[in-house]
Amino acid sequence: MAELNIRERQAGDVTVLDMDGRITIGEGSVALRSAIRRLLEEGKKNILLNLAGVGYIDSSGIGELVSSFTAINKEGGQLKLLSLTQKLQDLLTITKLLTVFDAYETEADALSNFK
Amino acid sequence: MTEQTTRLVLPSHIEAVADGAAAATDFVQNCGVGEEAAFGIDMAVREAITNAMVHGNKEDETKTVELTLNCLGGALEIEVKDQGEGFDPASVPDPTEPPNILKTSGRGIFLMRTFMDDVQWSTRPEGGTTVRMVKKF
Repeated sequence: MAELNIRERQAGDVTVLDMDGRITIGEGSVALRSAIRRLLEEGKKNILLNLAGVGYIDSSGIGELVSSFTAINKEGGQLKLLSLTQKLQDLLTITKLLTVFDAYETEADALSNFK
Repeated sequence: MTEQTTRLVLPSHIEAVADGAAAATDFVQNCGVGEEAAFGIDMAVREAITNAMVHGNKEDETKTVELTLNCLGGALEIEVKDQGEGFDPASVPDPTEPPNILKTSGRGIFLMRTFMDDVQWSTRPEGGTTVRMVKKF
């Protein structure tokens, strides 16, 4: 079984990635990077990462989230986060990344905040 | 819990990070560490092993990383040794400072220090770096 499984679906002009597994150095980080690159190549710039199924992320995975955020912003798009587990929320809080990432508890709330 | 020690030698490729972390998880459970502390220890071990492989040994597969876990009764001591050239931890910028928040790397040492009670680096006379981390529980 892959370290990180990513399922893609469309909600209006927002692409939702439902993620399940771990975002850690190696396979998990590469899977996220590849998915974001592919979406940007396809012109899909509004991306919502549903992290409900992500129970673990390391510094490489955090770096990949930052890299995704920066790449999408550079293309004029938006990246938002959905359904952070408590541990992930704690990690993004101590690294102060919740001061730059938009994170939401419900999908409806997240989708309504894309411009 | 009586004192016990486990030592593991890992090759310097990224796939082995999970092997070291899995061994540490088993050891930590047997040591009697609670779930909350175990999460942080797991993270610190992964970051220390990753740093040793990537920054220490430069992913040179002829070099190894040695993980030693000591259950001391009320404290867990973890040592990770690489065969690299060493570095100055004070030279690593604080990733939570505003100019660094959106950097894509440089959080491993910060996370190790966050989750462990004590983290110290030393350079061995014969070469290589040792990071020693302690978690009280």
